Amino acid sequence: MEAVGELKEREMKELQGINRRTVRQRIKEYKRQPFSMFLLCLVGLSAIVTIGVLLFIIGYILVNGIPNMKPELFEWEYNTENVSMLPAIINTIYMTLFTLAMAVPVGVFSAIYLVEYAKRGNKLVKIVRVTTETLQGIPSIVFGLFGYLMFTITLNWGYTLLAGAITLAIMVLPVIMRTTEEALLAVPDSYREGSFGLGAGRLRTVFKIVLPSAMPGIFSGIILAIGRIVGETAALIFTAGTVAAIATSPFDSTRTLAVHMYCLLSEGLYMNQAYATAVILLVLVLVINTVSGRIAKKFTKN
Amino acid sequence: MKRHNYMEKGMQGIFLLCATASILAVALICVFIFANGIPAIFKISPVKFLGGSIWKPLENLFGIFPMIVGSLYVTAGGVLVGVPIGILCAVFMARFCPKRLYQVIKPAIELLAGIPSIVYGFFGLVVLVPMVRNLFGGSGKSILTASIMLGIMILPTVIGVAESSIRAVPESYYEGALGLGATHERAVFFAVLPAAKSGILAGVILGIGRVIGETMAVVMVAGNQAVMPNSILGGVRTLTSNIVLEMGYASGLHKDALIGTAVVLFVFILIINLCFSAIKKKGSEQ
Repeated sequence: MEAVGELKEREMKELQGINRRTVRQRIKEYKRQPFSMFLLCLVGLSAIVTIGVLLFIIGYILVNGIPNMKPELFEWEYNTENVSMLPAIINTIYMTLFTLAMAVPVGVFSAIYLVEYAKRGNKLVKIVRVTTETLQGIPSIVFGLFGYLMFTITLNWGYTLLAGAITLAIMVLPVIMRTTEEALLAVPDSYREGSFGLGAGRLRTVFKIVLPSAMPGIFSGIILAIGRIVGETAALIFTAGTVAAIATSPFDSTRTLAVHMYCLLSEGLYMNQAYATAVILLVLVLVINTVSGRIAKKFTKN
Repeated sequence: MKRHNYMEKGMQGIFLLCATASILAVALICVFIFANGIPAIFKISPVKFLGGSIWKPLENLFGIFPMIVGSLYVTAGGVLVGVPIGILCAVFMARFCPKRLYQVIKPAIELLAGIPSIVYGFFGLVVLVPMVRNLFGGSGKSILTASIMLGIMILPTVIGVAESSIRAVPESYYEGALGLGATHERAVFFAVLPAAKSGILAGVILGIGRVIGETMAVVMVAGNQAVMPNSILGGVRTLTSNIVLEMGYASGLHKDALIGTAVVLFVFILIINLCFSAIKKKGSEQ
């Protein structure tokens, strides 16, 4: 068996050798086929444009932003003199924690229901699919307006961190649900069968067997959600408000880093500080993306 | 044994409850937006609200027609800029890119999707606006600027969906074209790409949804004048920017009119979502 495989591989290599063309040959071919050359150029050019735009955005913001990173931007209290972003950074962390505390259990549990408990052809599952798809398509400003109408006006909370966190939790719920579902589906059925065979109940199987092996996938989903929370602006302006002080309770109005940046830009006086804020946001997103990519990669390898 | 059983049943109930959370969320959003917005639209009169071209809250004139047109213009512009580049880039990723390069480009494009919209807006404000001003004159905050900005922002969406649908085309299509004497490029463009068109269309529609709902980046670069746009270099206000600009200080009928604006936006989004799932369904049936 192995010998045949080896033979085939060698044959393939030889064939590839026959089909290999030198650069000069290729250029000659393309000269004969100007239309193909045109298509090749078009495709290459658009890839270069895409990557070029990304590099330009990152480069431009880093080059202009890093010289503006001054120590007073990280002072404990915000005032119009130092325009400190430290309170905003701390509030962003609060906001992320509160949001995840709500979205992760609900998202993971509902994915568990969809994958482990629901029977095939369950009507509820179909409805949940449709609603999560709808949630994913709703623009963040509509989420923001909903949060404003529900929490700020109807429940009469005013602008609060909690209202912002609930709004964001609804927003990132589909992300966590989808990634958890995919991770659970990727767990081989033999794990479950083995666990059932040893006499474990469904619940024990889910928590002791299925969830641990799906953890990396769930984790990369959570990190993706963090990325969205950190970058969100429109959903927070009218729910969590724009007060630039460290929140002391969930019922304080706060501004996260992205909202801080919006405020700086709409005031129009603090361009340099806006550059510095953009650097911090960009670096955060870079780190979050890399970590999530790493985890996902490790996961697929296993 | 019995306690164990209660636990089992209880947790199943909790899981079920959580599964209904997304249904509850969508229902709540619909109720709050529609219940507040639709009465407002009828108070102003639907014809005046949707068809009126003057938005002057101080004089009780609430016509959002310029904003509807503005949203459509900006969306069309963004699609014109972003979709061709996106599809070509997806072709490159799926069919031209060496494996090594792919491992660099793929995360880069995912990063492009991760950049917050406020950072895009800032970039547009400090780079694109002056660029358009210097090249074409005017204030620089225009439909054109917003279109370029949004075109960049939908690239990752279009590329992602288009790439996976190009990859899903059976290899035999490509091989068949090669066997008939087509070059690699012709085979890809005239045999593989047409077969992937429903997937690509789904990606474009997803991109349209992103563009029409985008707020922060557009507010920064579009100029935000609440009048009918008269040229591609003129300023424009979209439905989303109308909400975010005035919600902070609006009250009474003005506030209701802004919620009405959100209703119109929401209906647009629902239509786009329906189109998307219809196309996806059709694609999977094939």
